[in-house]
Amino acid sequence: MAKKRVAVVGTGQTMHKSHRPDVNGQELIHEAVKTALADAELTINDIDAIVIGNMDHFEGINYVDCWSVDGSGGWMKPIIKLTTGGTTGSTLAIGGYHMVASGLFEKVLIIGWEKNSESDTTGAITTAFDPIWDRLVFAGAIAGLAAEGMAYMTEFGITDKDAARVSVRDRKHACNNPYAQLRQEVTLEEVLASPMLSDPIHLLDVCPRTDGACAVIMASEDVAQKICPTPAWVWGTANRHTYTYVGDLNLGEIDSMKYAAAELWKKTGITEPRKQIDVIELYQPYSFAGIIWIEAMGIIPRGKGAEYIWSGATDMGGELPINPSGGVIACNPIGATGLIRCAEACTQIMGKGGARQVPDVNLAVSTGFGGCFWTDILLYGKQKPDF
Amino acid sequence: MARGDHLVISSGDAVQPFNYAVGLHGSKFFHELKENRRIVGIKCPACGKVYTPPRRVCGDCFVENKEWLEVGPQGVIDTFTIVRYAFIDPETGKQKPVPYGYGFIRFDGADTRFQHFVELNEARPIKIGARVEPVFAEERKGTIRDILYFRILD
Repeated sequence: MAKKRVAVVGTGQTMHKSHRPDVNGQELIHEAVKTALADAELTINDIDAIVIGNMDHFEGINYVDCWSVDGSGGWMKPIIKLTTGGTTGSTLAIGGYHMVASGLFEKVLIIGWEKNSESDTTGAITTAFDPIWDRLVFAGAIAGLAAEGMAYMTEFGITDKDAARVSVRDRKHACNNPYAQLRQEVTLEEVLASPMLSDPIHLLDVCPRTDGACAVIMASEDVAQKICPTPAWVWGTANRHTYTYVGDLNLGEIDSMKYAAAELWKKTGITEPRKQIDVIELYQPYSFAGIIWIEAMGIIPRGKGAEYIWSGATDMGGELPINPSGGVIACNPIGATGLIRCAEACTQIMGKGGARQVPDVNLAVSTGFGGCFWTDILLYGKQKPDF
Repeated sequence: MARGDHLVISSGDAVQPFNYAVGLHGSKFFHELKENRRIVGIKCPACGKVYTPPRRVCGDCFVENKEWLEVGPQGVIDTFTIVRYAFIDPETGKQKPVPYGYGFIRFDGADTRFQHFVELNEARPIKIGARVEPVFAEERKGTIRDILYFRILD
């Protein structure tokens, strides 16, 4: 159990774009840090430690903890780098939470960033997979997801049109988010007519590649409410890893999400997540996940996800809006992506969401996903947890 | 800026000298594949799960696997995709052979899935539940390419 309760007291993001040739890595990071500090009305001198990360190998340059200090504000401060693939951003949030919850640091600055435009994304992702057993047929992040979608489709008889409905939702929501890279509505027909990348995934079912950074400031209960009148309290976190080789995965249902979510609900006293949670920022790199993973999360029984999506329950104004920000399908600076989910969920708690604000958010969830099918999940509340 | 002005980092004709150990368990798999066209797996003494590819430890139970079994060579497609988008394979520097069938194959008697190419054949379309068998290379070297691809049987 945490020694100190922890809250998010400020967030900052860059305006995410496909290419940011006008800035280098330090400068991109600095934009997010500056915005987060302004949001919390703090200066860099108030920060006790920094946690930073991005995807291994992506820009062909390692040790961001060292070379970014001009931009991160990390000069002569304790810095830790965390990198866990697609989950990097959410792992950063969990790591920052651990540091503050331990009582060792009062205010921690958490930074995730990526310049995908400077990356060979598929080449870099390939290095995360076993050279002997995995790489012969390996095809980046998409093929494994496609195999998951195919398994689920076959088991439950859904179609790519059901999945396209998820993409239509997120791309519509993104139009409300000034930070999102892709802010254009699409129709079901446009999703289905877009090129098939890897059956059953169409181009408009998947996330783009983005340049961007995100920063989040977490503070202990001793100071959180002095910094921010309505902080987003971290109620709990969980994560799970499940596989050695890709063929070990139970593709079609995501075990890591199932077990991580079950643990999180149990330790935070959530008994009916669908009714109790007000908004979810789901790390959803492709549309089928919007159906499969909310089932694994325990929001809706297995096999009922598509029906729930079609009901409009997860649209803005629905029972449980998912991805008011437009989510990963609209914006994906990979090392920042999981942290953007955290920042967006906390923005909803703080009531600062502007056009993408969901009314009266008391409990919000963010998740993280990695191409190796692991899951991070975090729960935030407007009320300080009494545990 | 012209393309030629970009900083290019290249190894030229040199290759990167990674020299991975496959371990005793992986070696046995490749030895059986090469010499006998046999597929082997290994069984966890605690949960009974049969792993192919074989490995020393069952991660779920955290105990050492000891009992070798012959599995396959036929199996079933648990799931698959058809990869259609083109990209350069960093392992070879060449484009992947798109479109190709990417199968997750459960050998008869095994519990985990083996990843390999599956033929794309209009007469026998790839689908979940289809039975398959490996097509072995005539000249085998003890690598995963000793299986050329999996042929669909029904």
